[in-house]
Amino acid sequence: MQRFRALVAAIGLCRVCNPALAEKVTDFTLPNGLQVVVIEDHRAPVVTQMVWYKVGAADEAPGHSGIAHFLEHLMFKGTDDVPSGQFSAIVEAQGGSDNAFTSWDYTAYFQRVAADRLDMMMKLESDRMRDLRLTEDDVTTERQVILEERNQRTDSDPSALFGEQTRAAQFLNHPYGIPIIGWRHEMEQLSREDALDFYQTYYAPNNAILVVAGDVQPDAVKQLAETHYGPLKPTGNLPVRERPQEPPQRAERRLAMADPQIAQPYVSRSYLAPARKSGDQKQAAALAVLAELLGGSGTTSVLAKALAFDNPKAVYVSAIYEGEALDSTLFGLAIAPVPGVSLDEAEAAMDGVIAQFLADGVDPAALERIKTQIRAAQIYGMDNAEGLAQRYGEALAVGLTVEDVKAWPDVLQAVTADDVMAAANLVLNRDNAVTGHLEQAQEVMP
Amino acid sequence: MIAIRLATLIGAVLFALPLRAEISVQEVTSPGGITAWLVEDHEIPFTALEIAFQGGTGLDLPGERGAVNLMAATLEEGSGDMDAQAFAEARDGLAAGISFGANQDAVSISARFLTENRDRAVELLRQAITSPRFDQSAVDRVRGQVLSNLASDATDPSAIAGDTLNALAFGKHPYGSDDSGTPESVAALTRDDLIEAKARTMARDRLHVAAVGDITPDELGKLLDRLFGDLPDTGAPLPGRATWQAPGGVKVVDFASPQSIVVFGQSGIRRDDPDFFAAYLMNEILGGSRFSARLMTEVREKRGLTYGIGTYLLPMAYGESLIGQMATANANVGPSIDLIRAEWSRMAKDGVSAEELAATKTYLTGSYPLRFDGNSQIAEILVGMQMDGLSPDYIKTRNAKIEAVTQDDIKRVAARLLTPDGLQFVVVGRPDGLK
Repeated sequence: MQRFRALVAAIGLCRVCNPALAEKVTDFTLPNGLQVVVIEDHRAPVVTQMVWYKVGAADEAPGHSGIAHFLEHLMFKGTDDVPSGQFSAIVEAQGGSDNAFTSWDYTAYFQRVAADRLDMMMKLESDRMRDLRLTEDDVTTERQVILEERNQRTDSDPSALFGEQTRAAQFLNHPYGIPIIGWRHEMEQLSREDALDFYQTYYAPNNAILVVAGDVQPDAVKQLAETHYGPLKPTGNLPVRERPQEPPQRAERRLAMADPQIAQPYVSRSYLAPARKSGDQKQAAALAVLAELLGGSGTTSVLAKALAFDNPKAVYVSAIYEGEALDSTLFGLAIAPVPGVSLDEAEAAMDGVIAQFLADGVDPAALERIKTQIRAAQIYGMDNAEGLAQRYGEALAVGLTVEDVKAWPDVLQAVTADDVMAAANLVLNRDNAVTGHLEQAQEVMP
Repeated sequence: MIAIRLATLIGAVLFALPLRAEISVQEVTSPGGITAWLVEDHEIPFTALEIAFQGGTGLDLPGERGAVNLMAATLEEGSGDMDAQAFAEARDGLAAGISFGANQDAVSISARFLTENRDRAVELLRQAITSPRFDQSAVDRVRGQVLSNLASDATDPSAIAGDTLNALAFGKHPYGSDDSGTPESVAALTRDDLIEAKARTMARDRLHVAAVGDITPDELGKLLDRLFGDLPDTGAPLPGRATWQAPGGVKVVDFASPQSIVVFGQSGIRRDDPDFFAAYLMNEILGGSRFSARLMTEVREKRGLTYGIGTYLLPMAYGESLIGQMATANANVGPSIDLIRAEWSRMAKDGVSAEELAATKTYLTGSYPLRFDGNSQIAEILVGMQMDGLSPDYIKTRNAKIEAVTQDDIKRVAARLLTPDGLQFVVVGRPDGLK
């Protein structure tokens, strides 16, 4: 199989997010509210520290899109103890690497170092939780960097621009419709004060999760965490995480865009879908399995079998479900037609297969294969402590618990064919949907 | 690993990957005489297997560019009595991972399988390697995927930039062209071409294997004979040397976009050159991806001209280059190129400071055990070492080689290697003031 870059970039987040089985996980909470998760993997003398803040782009004030991500960049400037620009240099001088990322629901920072350097990494990370210092120069230069980032990742990529538009159309009221990096005209106005306001409001131990994964002992991590994070004061006026919710969606939205750069046209379809809920993950598990069944494999999935073989209509099909979210999320389908098949025909063929699936139900052998793979993913997953750290951090940042994460593999295994069909009938409803057609503009390339 | 394609540049450079300190590599020879490197680790019940056949897409026959790539991509599309769907169902039913790839230097196979069904997974892989069906319908389907990607590349500024620089640098050598082929060459490939491409590339005389995980030397020996015993002894002669031939200067490819893609490069240094480590440290200081590297500092941190800039030494099997890339708003291209040239000249003339060298050594030696990321990653690194002609004890000596590099070494290699006037830029966009 060859991968299809345009579509993967436009749509791909997680499919069935692999669960974990026998990993050694310990968790506790410091008196100041900091949640701590320790994942042991003693095979190599390495540790990953991650701090996840329960704040992201969907928590931004109207008109200030991009501030969560901008602040993420600015967190690498200075503090009262660390001179501007030195954070990464200090980590690198220890042979470590570090970075950060921002999503709608969280912002996370991480370092990967030799296990005996955890003490120093905690000192650095805890220092910038409350003591960030920003100069106007830092802010002015870094704003140029994020605008270049937007240039590179979005404005130069019609597929990314179209994804931004379809997402905005999907959410009528919820800020999930606003791009993480921000709308350009709002990014240009982001100020030092905006960044510091956001920082002071949301960056505090009682709004954060510390995940430490690798060659560490839970007791030692606890001691270090108490030393470095323990003294930090919690914030007293943390805003309640209630975003504007979606009203009932009563009409399908359809978007079409054309651009000279699009050589492989495609149809995207997204449906509003429920996210994983703490203590009640059954429906999300069914949706995760549904995505695997419909489009998880380019060879054996329902869409691939029907559309990519025997008089094929599609060169590529996919189905994805983004279950890790605080609020209602997306279930997505996509089809890229073979030459000679129009987007209308491709869409009709895809909808035909979905209708047939809703009529026929689940192939038990396919469901069994997926469950086998989910079981194996627990074994393969143990080979990747960083991946486990990511999984726990993300889940906790969107309101799930350690127990939810531990239970997830069993919840997935318990999904029945009836569960899958009930979830499919609920979610695959065109009134909830956005359909996008992206194709090549007719004018010749300049 | 395609010569200078941007997508490749963003990834890690093979030879830079270090291993966990206590890693213990065994050299295993099968009863049938096939050798492999093994790291035994019975903690998790699965094994990662990495396989490379040296030569890769460099062995495409004239007029058949893309044959090796299409062949490798079609290996998983049915074998023996299984068609593509039956093969995929069998693989998924065992929860095995089997993927095939081809690049300018190798045809590669990455596999992982659970201990509980290892024999059946290995049998599946054996069939794919030794008796792929290359059904016409499968060939046509995968061909359609390749053509779709080629069409996308033709309008993708990053791909255009990489292809343009490759062609300037290496001309008619395989490194000078996209190894997926052209729409015309791919359209013309036949099933027989794929069968021939397989015979030319997948032979025992160019085989590198590494296994990491829950398997003993004895078990691995038997596995090797079973997997590879039926392959031909020899394949086609390996590709010849590629010589960097870009003239230097700036070539602009007009492309309507708010931002320009800038790639740049010059000839590099061989992996077995005595000054390779000095060059490696020099490049890390000049254009490493870390925020403290000179180009990152000057272009991003001080001036905000880009989201990221980096340079890479690429000592491929048959030709070497030193290349870099960035993206910036059209108005900033001229100033960015000036900055890059200035840093090139400064390094060539003055070398590095004692502080830069010390900090970079600490980083490179300290990160040595850190990128050990699991069984599959280690297997991949071990095969990369075999491709580079290194021995397993390289793992123990690598840090000492980094430590031994002096400021004088770097000054010498920078003066020898860096050619500020010969640096070739390719700009895809509408850069202000450049044509």
